[in-house]
Amino acid sequence: MSSRRILITGVSSFWGGRLAQAIERDPSVEAIIGVSTEDPTCEFERTEFVRLGLQHALLRRIVQAAEIDTVIDTRLVVDSLQAPPRVAHEANVIGTMNILAACGGPHSPVRKVVFKSSAHYYGCEQDDPAFFTEGMRRPHPPRTRLESDVVEAEKAVEGFARRNPDVTVTVLRFCNALGPELRTTHTELFALPVVPCILGFDPRYQFIHEEDLVGVLRFAVARDLPGVYNAAGDGVLALSEVASLLGKPLAPILPPWGSSLAAAALRPLGVRVPDEVRNQLRYGRGLDNRKLKAAGHGYAFTSRETVLKHAEALRARPLRRGEGEPYRYEREVEEFLRWSPSVRRKGTV
Amino acid sequence: MSERPALPAPPATDDLRALLPAIEPDRQVTDWGRSERVEGLLDATLYEFLYHYWFRCEVEGIEHVPAVGGALLVSNHAGALPPDAAMIAKAIKEEHPRPRPLHLTVEHFFKGYPGLAMLVNKIGGVPAHPANVHRLLDDEQQLVLVFPEGRKGSEKLYKDRYRLRRFGRGGFVEAAMRARAPIVPVAVLGAEEAMPIFAHVGLLQRLTKLIYFPVTPLFPHLGLLGAAYLPAKFRIRFLEPIPTDQWGERPWDDNGLVQTVAEDVRARIQDELIDLVSHRRSVWLG
Repeated sequence: MSSRRILITGVSSFWGGRLAQAIERDPSVEAIIGVSTEDPTCEFERTEFVRLGLQHALLRRIVQAAEIDTVIDTRLVVDSLQAPPRVAHEANVIGTMNILAACGGPHSPVRKVVFKSSAHYYGCEQDDPAFFTEGMRRPHPPRTRLESDVVEAEKAVEGFARRNPDVTVTVLRFCNALGPELRTTHTELFALPVVPCILGFDPRYQFIHEEDLVGVLRFAVARDLPGVYNAAGDGVLALSEVASLLGKPLAPILPPWGSSLAAAALRPLGVRVPDEVRNQLRYGRGLDNRKLKAAGHGYAFTSRETVLKHAEALRARPLRRGEGEPYRYEREVEEFLRWSPSVRRKGTV
Repeated sequence: MSERPALPAPPATDDLRALLPAIEPDRQVTDWGRSERVEGLLDATLYEFLYHYWFRCEVEGIEHVPAVGGALLVSNHAGALPPDAAMIAKAIKEEHPRPRPLHLTVEHFFKGYPGLAMLVNKIGGVPAHPANVHRLLDDEQQLVLVFPEGRKGSEKLYKDRYRLRRFGRGGFVEAAMRARAPIVPVAVLGAEEAMPIFAHVGLLQRLTKLIYFPVTPLFPHLGLLGAAYLPAKFRIRFLEPIPTDQWGERPWDDNGLVQTVAEDVRARIQDELIDLVSHRRSVWLG
């Protein structure tokens, strides 16, 4: 099935925004509707933006009215940096439920749902396999709120896929993403003068570049990929290797025992190490990315290249400061530019 | 519904082996976290000395270690800080016409203990998860060493030396069957005497959160010096491989067969150990 009327949630985030920009260039797509709880942070040419509440309760009406055939849900909060736990729970669990409800039902026009999830689904534990494949479940129940949210959201998606067999449901579990435009716990930690670690641990880390991240989402829109897919760059690095690629020393600022107390003590200093990241700093995680590659997707960057690219961006960051005006969304301006007869559009006389 | 040109059909998904990430030349560690540098350093100093001068290892049957393809090496396990894994790896490195790296499965405990967590996977340790063993044997076609006795082997007391403990639940047989990789039994003589355990101190074990806290000839009264081995003579005997593709389709579903094979491997190693011990005139001189 090819997607012609697409709805993207979380369009104000990097993921959704860049994806919408990429899809805009595809002439076979008739309509792109972006919804989010906040104003977009990047400029769209023809994506129509609709602002919705946190729970996406009114989405069903938009889906029905615009006859949406493909819903791409990029809104899941997978980083404690993005939202406080309560808000994250509301968005991840209730939001997912409402979005799925909007896509389901006997008269729904939706034929494809792409759901952006996270490798936090697997968690990080002592007795994990070194490479998680899509069929594996986490060995223990989730220990952090964010992880249990992700698990619960995926459970809802799984139930939706079972009840709606004629809808192609793709779940993409992304590993940690890096890139100049992303702001995650890891980009913040790697921007510090030293790379923090837990004393006595050198966890395994896998990364995906922000461009690949958009690429994977686009691939899932272009192809029909029912099921769950891991999305991660080739190669698993050790944190010590990441530090040397970044050109920074590795600093054991967290003690092996009582690391949650130490993490709390670091917070006033501006170093945030949320629970799920602390587990990662201890045990690390690797994903088997072969299923998506077998489906025909190729990654532009390996984990190592992603970190190298990120290091370049970090070095250039002080020079870029204050360069250019950041994009600001203003409804009136956008509406004028799109619909006013006075605006001269390319391709029209 | 679509006017868009059809996308090319996805490639066959049955051979995932071809899709394993290529090894980047500038990497410091492998995807398993193994570091050639750390391993090389340890090999050139400690293992070299132990293998040639301290334990004076003698190796028999190195031709039973296949030169290509995955194979599961199964060995007895002994000594408070077991030196057997390092010596088997070194034996393959020294004696085999086509030396290959050996991956050692270790308990999950090591991944959670500070310091050890950093070191163990740098020198070739891989957590003993069935999925890990399968990936190494089947997808990566590597050599894997398992100690089915696990900690029951290394924590056993000196009075029980060379008496093999229970071989787990036969998980190693299942792993080898699934990967259709041969099982190579290995008998190691000498590790029991290199660092024998006379007793365990339960209280200190709980305080240090180690898997056990042993009393050996040199530990704990000599402190760090207690990590030194006694110079026992080592003999490593690689036995004839047992092919695991001889039992038809899905032999791992047959629990009885898995147990029988596990018991057979155990018996072979036990017999070989009895033979080695009975021909040994001196613990130290061989």
